[in-house]
Amino acid sequence: MARMTAKTVAQETSFYAAVVFFFVLAAFPFYWMLITSFKTNGDLYNVTHIPFWFNDPPTLEHFQYLFEKTLFTTWLLNSLIIGVVVTIITLLTALPAAYSLARMTGRNGEALGIGIFLTYLVPPTLLFLPLSRVIAMLGLQNSMWSLVLVYPTFTIPFCTWLLMGFFKSMPREIEEAAIVDGCSLFGAFIKMAIPLSVPGILTVVIFTFTLTLQEFVYALTFVSASAQKPITLGVATDLIRGDVFYWGEIMAGALIASIPVAIAYNLFLDRFISGITGGAVK
Amino acid sequence: MAAVVTRDIVKKFGEVPAVNGISMTVPDGEFMVLLGPSGCGKTTYLRIICGLEQQTSGDLLIGGNVVNELPPRARGVAMMFQSYGLYPHYSVRNNIAFPLKTQRVPREEIAKKVEWASQLLGIKRLLERKPRELSGGERQRVALARALVREPTALLLDEPLSNLDAKLRASARLEIKAFQQRVGLTTIYVTHDQVEAMGMGDRIAVIDGGRVRQVGTPTEIYDDPADRFVATFVGTPPMNILDQNGGAIGFRPENFLPKDMMDDQNFAEFSFRVDRSEYLGSERIVYGVVEGFDQKQIVTAKLPPAHVDEASIRPGEWHPFAVRNAAMRYFDKDGNRTSRH
Amino acid sequence: MVAIADSVPKPVSRFRFILDRRDVLGALFVAPAILYVLLLVGVPFLMAVYYSLSAYTIYDPSWSFVGLSNFADILEDPTFQRTLWNTFIFTFGSQLLGLVLGKFGALLLLRPFPGRKLVRAVIILPWAVPVALATVAWQWMFDSLYSVINWTMIALGLIDRANAPNWLGNPDLAMLSIIVVNGWRFFPFAIVIFLAGITAVPQDVIDAATVDGAGFWRRNYQIILPMILPIMTIGLVFGIVFTFTDLSIVFLMTNGGPVGATSVLGFAGFQTGIVSGDVSHGAAISLFMLPVLLVIVVVMLRFIRRREI
Repeated sequence: MARMTAKTVAQETSFYAAVVFFFVLAAFPFYWMLITSFKTNGDLYNVTHIPFWFNDPPTLEHFQYLFEKTLFTTWLLNSLIIGVVVTIITLLTALPAAYSLARMTGRNGEALGIGIFLTYLVPPTLLFLPLSRVIAMLGLQNSMWSLVLVYPTFTIPFCTWLLMGFFKSMPREIEEAAIVDGCSLFGAFIKMAIPLSVPGILTVVIFTFTLTLQEFVYALTFVSASAQKPITLGVATDLIRGDVFYWGEIMAGALIASIPVAIAYNLFLDRFISGITGGAVK
Repeated sequence: MAAVVTRDIVKKFGEVPAVNGISMTVPDGEFMVLLGPSGCGKTTYLRIICGLEQQTSGDLLIGGNVVNELPPRARGVAMMFQSYGLYPHYSVRNNIAFPLKTQRVPREEIAKKVEWASQLLGIKRLLERKPRELSGGERQRVALARALVREPTALLLDEPLSNLDAKLRASARLEIKAFQQRVGLTTIYVTHDQVEAMGMGDRIAVIDGGRVRQVGTPTEIYDDPADRFVATFVGTPPMNILDQNGGAIGFRPENFLPKDMMDDQNFAEFSFRVDRSEYLGSERIVYGVVEGFDQKQIVTAKLPPAHVDEASIRPGEWHPFAVRNAAMRYFDKDGNRTSRH
Repeated sequence: MVAIADSVPKPVSRFRFILDRRDVLGALFVAPAILYVLLLVGVPFLMAVYYSLSAYTIYDPSWSFVGLSNFADILEDPTFQRTLWNTFIFTFGSQLLGLVLGKFGALLLLRPFPGRKLVRAVIILPWAVPVALATVAWQWMFDSLYSVINWTMIALGLIDRANAPNWLGNPDLAMLSIIVVNGWRFFPFAIVIFLAGITAVPQDVIDAATVDGAGFWRRNYQIILPMILPIMTIGLVFGIVFTFTDLSIVFLMTNGGPVGATSVLGFAGFQTGIVSGDVSHGAAISLFMLPVLLVIVVVMLRFIRRREI
């Protein structure tokens, strides 16, 4: 057992103090979200009450209100539909594209892959202007389907990049063996590459979903009808009557909407990192 | 009829020719080894025969048919890769059955063939396992069964032993060769390991820089090398080559012996100063320089210790050594073999 | 040597082998993705450029060409100048905050300690949770009447109620607030990037440095830092690009106020182009982001190229 010198004690304490600092820094707003959702309005809007804990007993009234008196469930449904359809579109487009770029082209493939990825960096706050005209021309204004159309513009580049890294690390031998054994190139893709890339596909599904859930700018720009809003936009902008913010409900809604995304990120963090840094971290 | 014939195959990547004109005939049933250092083009050449690469120019005939434009599955070849290329998500049975399924062979027929192939390779009890549950040797047998089941015109192997550790390599080598002889399948085998080549090949094609340097039986390659490259590539330690009069002379270390070991007068004598000696149990390798030649060229002699004890060959001293005339080789200024000048 | 006569090659169905043609298949596979990107990113991009050079508003959608006068207009407008300045401050401030917090956080998380997994999961939250939702939580935390921050400071006796800072109503405090929120959002990403980079440094190198006598600070700044520079740069590129063009935080927390004190380029583009309908000027404002972004991205990518280990 190491001797505890004064220096070690001081070091350990400052280490743990720092950890606590970061923990609180990251977590506090969420704690705040959590506790606000369960506090009665009387408790919330009283400056003499201690904000950090319940002064009056906790209540489920905000959640009730959220589900019964607002369009919250509609927003959840909208986000679900958008998520599913966009994920399907993304998979159908990005899987073959990533495979082709990883396997079938040489130097050009590399350049094209980077080019596709760079489109991910084109800011929505630049494209939203012309896109809003395009959406209007297509008659999709104010509909959540405008988002289904536009979201793949960033999910496809990102997921193509992710999958490219994935396919590159898959040994070619298996596909080549399949080709020698009688598959066409296309057959090798379907029978070998796809089944063996299920982890990658899973990652794409999770990230596409979270990317669509997170998105705010396009949703704000294209959708103003309350019933068409996706969850993030709805909670952030629609729980206001006149000038009054319904903080209890807002926090409750934010809490519910945040949980799936937070869980997904935690489970898939490592994959995400290797996806982004594919080239830099050798 | 020859199983595989190539005529002047050239493959360029950009401007660089990886394969620079190889013509070769592999008769039915032969075990042909393509031997050469890394990057010499042997793997590219094999992949061209297989159909995974397309040659820039030249013709390829398999089973008598010109197959230049055909994809691998239409050529009648089977290939075994370095890591065997077994399908990880299929059972052993489905791995072996796969080439038949792609040809739309009827189900009863597939079952029969899988039986036959797995019986031949002794892996029947492994049929329901997945590749990751098998040992290296077992995986090799599955790969061979899968290659066999289509009854191909030729079997192509791309350095299948290089991922194995030394101990496994020897037994795997024997197994592949025994398999080939039992089945009589024409085989083209790529390797950089000359021990493998010499041990397995009916004939060896030594390849360097995208060209064939020499094709011959192991004996021919070893005793009658066509040029300096072949002479020094095959044999451990490599043949000693000493520049002389614009050309060169060459003799193998096991033919470079103390003069008093010569039993007749047909030898050439050299004065040899030993610098270093390695005792390897079954033999002794001695390094030194020969008088009258470039003192920077190190010459090796391989001595059987039964005949020479340590005391008689001391470092630092000059000893009379000799090479039998019949064992002496001569090379011209371009490095090709010539007869004695 | 027996001469082998050429046999007639088997007649081959062209269609049967099209699925084998690498070039055809390769192009077919990438086509949908490229088409999507071209049509919904490339074309709109060109449209944005065109708008900025025309006199297009939604009330008068004329495509008349006006050259660079839109850009001249906005450059002369003091609100725009303020916006530009704000954007730089916002980006620089929040990236710096995020990086510093990120570096220290990463160092802390390197060392295994009980509960590390939980801490890691929680620390990721600010970045993982959707921007808008986290921002709304901060909005509530900064509320002019019920701010928990103010309450704490009052309770600690640091200030009294009359002088409680109006976080979102005071121009300087508002800028500080959005910098804090964005830095807070960004620091978990920075931690993750740093961790990935540091753990990628081979232990042998660190050990060699220790044996060579390098102490903690030297090891960190002369050995480790240069080796993680490439990945740090990539993280920074992402952070800068997304911050410089952001509008969510500003829109939700301050709506650009008070009086344009926190207006940033993304937000101004939105205000002008979408809310006010002046598409041509809005496009000009948005396009202003581009040169800066391009320069940053190019400079940093080149930086990485040169330092590739």
